[in-house]
Amino acid sequence: MPKRQVEPFAWLAFSAGGVMAALFVPMLLFLFGLAFPLGWISAPSHPELLDLLSHPVSRIVLLGVCVLALLHFAHRFRYTLHDGLQLKAMTGVIGAACYGCAVLGSVAAAYLLVIYL
Amino acid sequence: MTGVPARPRGYRQQPSLWWWMHKRSYTLFILRELSSVFVAWFVLFLLLLVYAVAGGAERYQSFLDSAANPVVIGLNAVALAFVCLHVVTWFNLTPQAMPVRVRGRRVPSAVIVGSEYLALAIVSAFVAWLVVG
Repeated sequence: MPKRQVEPFAWLAFSAGGVMAALFVPMLLFLFGLAFPLGWISAPSHPELLDLLSHPVSRIVLLGVCVLALLHFAHRFRYTLHDGLQLKAMTGVIGAACYGCAVLGSVAAAYLLVIYL
Repeated sequence: MTGVPARPRGYRQQPSLWWWMHKRSYTLFILRELSSVFVAWFVLFLLLLVYAVAGGAERYQSFLDSAANPVVIGLNAVALAFVCLHVVTWFNLTPQAMPVRVRGRRVPSAVIVGSEYLALAIVSAFVAWLVVG
């Protein structure tokens, strides 16, 4: 892989994102993906959830989770395509696409959590 | 150059695209790497939720309705399984990736991994308390 100087930072973000994903995603995904839709637990009302999400700490934590988790995805998925599918000829394109997605997603997350909400 | 014979060039057998199917540990490795796709899906799902909640009670209700679609529930169930795989493999690797020393002594792996699960339990309980409360 080219750009050796960038690699340590990519790896640091990958690790931080891995930790964030491991700590925050299981419960949130369980609640909003399974427990609420299947009626195991009743979903929070709109005013309650709006209150919770609008709190500055929630915004910051969720933004951190989103950005780091996306960078984690980009870094890991890049190597999966590179090694798993043996797309060595397309290294540049794959890297650009993966990190491009992560950057676009981060910008969307920042807009939604900081301005739109 | 020395007299070492050059490697024959121009021919290298391409491994099959399905090389990771041949051994269980390779398959697990690829599945672990693929968990990242579901982490990305979760971020998208979370941002859709934030967008819906910010848009008002009606849009929040329609988000809940689409989340109850069997296809979405199935996708989220698969995603949760992959996220659990990520959690287990990530925590198990930490003592190797980041050995911790206290007063020159290496902290046993079980202590590091155990405290990570403890952190997961605390964060999960806190999140559940905040959301369901």
